[in-house]
Amino acid sequence: MLHTFVAYVEDKPGVLTRVASLFRRLNINIISLTVGRSEREGLSRMTIVCEASAEAGHRIRASLFKLENVVDVDDIAQAPSVTRELALIKVAATPQTRGRIFDLVEVFRARIVDLTSESLMIEMTGVESKIEGLIEVLREDEGRILEICRSGKMTMRRGHHVSSVERAMGVSSGEAEAAEEVPEDDVTTPIE
Amino acid sequence: MAHKGNAKTKENGDAAAPKAGAESREHQAPPARLTGAEILWATLAGEGVTDVFGYPGGAILPAYDALRKFPIRHVLVRHEQGAAHMADGYARASGDVGVAIATSGPGATNLVTGIATAMLDSIPIVCITGNVSSKVLGTDAFQEVDITGITLPVTKHNFLVNKTEDLAHALRHAFQIARSGRPGPVLVDITKDAQQATAEFDFEAAKPKPYRPHPMLRVEESGLAAAADLIRDAKRPVILAGHGVMESGAMEQVRTLAERAQIPVGLTLLGIGGFPASHPLCLGMMGMHGEAWVNHAIQEADLLIACGMRFDDRVTGRLTEYAQKANKIHIEVDPAEINKNVKVDVALVGDLREVLEMLLPRIAGRDGAAWIKTIEASKGAVAVSDIKNLPDSGHLYAAHVMHDLWRMTGGDAIIVTDVGQHQMWEAQYYHHDHPRTLITSGGLGTMGYALPAAIGAKFACPEREVWVIAGDGGFQMTAAELATIVQEKLKINIAVINNGYLGMVRQWQEFFYERNYEATPLVSPDFVKLADAHGIPGRAVRERSEVEAAVKAARSAPGAYLLNFLVEKEDSVYPMIPAGSALHEMIRRPDRDPLEERADDK
Repeated sequence: MLHTFVAYVEDKPGVLTRVASLFRRLNINIISLTVGRSEREGLSRMTIVCEASAEAGHRIRASLFKLENVVDVDDIAQAPSVTRELALIKVAATPQTRGRIFDLVEVFRARIVDLTSESLMIEMTGVESKIEGLIEVLREDEGRILEICRSGKMTMRRGHHVSSVERAMGVSSGEAEAAEEVPEDDVTTPIE
Repeated sequence: MAHKGNAKTKENGDAAAPKAGAESREHQAPPARLTGAEILWATLAGEGVTDVFGYPGGAILPAYDALRKFPIRHVLVRHEQGAAHMADGYARASGDVGVAIATSGPGATNLVTGIATAMLDSIPIVCITGNVSSKVLGTDAFQEVDITGITLPVTKHNFLVNKTEDLAHALRHAFQIARSGRPGPVLVDITKDAQQATAEFDFEAAKPKPYRPHPMLRVEESGLAAAADLIRDAKRPVILAGHGVMESGAMEQVRTLAERAQIPVGLTLLGIGGFPASHPLCLGMMGMHGEAWVNHAIQEADLLIACGMRFDDRVTGRLTEYAQKANKIHIEVDPAEINKNVKVDVALVGDLREVLEMLLPRIAGRDGAAWIKTIEASKGAVAVSDIKNLPDSGHLYAAHVMHDLWRMTGGDAIIVTDVGQHQMWEAQYYHHDHPRTLITSGGLGTMGYALPAAIGAKFACPEREVWVIAGDGGFQMTAAELATIVQEKLKINIAVINNGYLGMVRQWQEFFYERNYEATPLVSPDFVKLADAHGIPGRAVRERSEVEAAVKAARSAPGAYLLNFLVEKEDSVYPMIPAGSALHEMIRRPDRDPLEERADDK
């Protein structure tokens, strides 16, 4: 099954290698890994998606915690969460063929972020299936896609379950759960 | 850690030591400006280090140049692998952190086998390596190697220090990591310029943040209650005592649990010494070469209480048939070990001693007589036909040597074994009553471990009798350290169990490869002459009747002594559970053993 972990790690050289090396050592393939700054000073946030047996989640999380530079690990498992991916797609398009792509971009709620006489670049965020849907439609015309760059998944739990978040919001965990709400964006996603 | 008192050459050094070095041991050094090299030694001294094992070279020379100013004894090894094993042997014998030091490139890579050995057995060591100057890092400079990259999977953590001001903190942090939780090796790689430049040194200020226990440690009320219920209701319980008993210092607590609830105790190889072999409840070693009754007891048990052990494949045999009738309680400090190999019913994740302290008040007296009697009965025939009881007919078996060594040393020596048949015979026939008296490479199974590890053990416990027991194969892997023994004037007794084969591999070839003895017959030098070339006396032993006098000679010799035991060449370790078989599917000593003495023997 797919496992998704969110890890807060120290923002230091070599930390990414340590995390990646752990998965290699456990003979587990990382499907996607995104890293960026987090709300916590000096800490980066990773979202790691990997394929492993259902029982492996506990051991992976425990092993991640054993890495000296790993500060926090959350096994998202089946918890309610929002997952997004960013894709940049460069498409061959002349002034004559642009129109159809503009329509597609509209339907998928993507954006055009670069335009030249031979090509244009689409920026799109969404769940994996939505991005794949767009790519599939674009592929219907052979040779149209020139480049694809995908960020990999970023995941955040819904609500305010993280204790540091609760502290930051000044609410107790009970209130936090009550305050949970479904973001509008998710309801209106056209393809999911 | 007490100063070991054998640093004669360093007494002048003590007086001449810079204030920071000497005083930091009292943890009250005022901040001072020192070179990185001086900071290295001052920090080690502050951490209580008295002995380091190492080998100099270009990238670590600044550190060696500063060594004379500090009250630390340096032991010159003959190969850096030896340095890592010595630090490891030192740590296992003392319970303190062992320290090895080497230069960059080949010096650093030579440490790797020793580091991996310590990693697999959870041994706290700190390895210091020099590296090329930070200005040329990454340029393939002379003797440059990415040792932090290489050792990443075999260390708990490692550091690359390229700024002098970061050094003290990295070193102190390294010691904290090595010692804490489930212990293990840490490597600190220091660039040459970081050793040469100066920085403010304040031992106190370099203190790491307080140790943060693994966040998934969990000992819940409900778990303790469930464990107590399982123990109360069990008819056929067995305690499985591992290395964690020693690491956690839980010898007393395990013993109390066993005695109060009358539960027999099986030991892992590294658990030997954690529970006295002479105790009536001690079953002996479990696993691949464990005694038949221990493995049978485990297979028949209705409750296993695993204390500081990790269900290694050498212990469990085929997992699908491992102790199927038993509920399992796992008390373990590393959450990543829970349900890794064997699914358990109750997991108490925490320091073994602390957990047992919480559990013991809930354990009442229990009548275990029937189950203990059943196990005793299963020993019957096996114990009587045991090889050590066979009449002396001139042949020399390794088991005889182990048995006699045990008898003559009163079971009180520190035995450091290599890896292979002799290691298993030692575990079977030398009965250890005290913790830290068997030092052996379990997880990695590193041949060549014994001689250097024994040197480390002797430095840790100079007043103790130390024996190396090694096969003819493994001994030759690190025999160069004989010179270290001589240079350091150490009293270490060496028993080479010489059967002319890589015996354990030969045994596998005999059982599983149709006796195709490919690459296992082994020509060795005359070990007595080899010792003699080092100025170490010794003698060869060919018959059992000679064993006692030889051991006596070794023990009474003022310095190191080597005994070359020429034992039966094609003897095998029994019983044996073939890899991948279940615990009850063991190979027993054949009824008509071709090696067995008969009336027509001379």
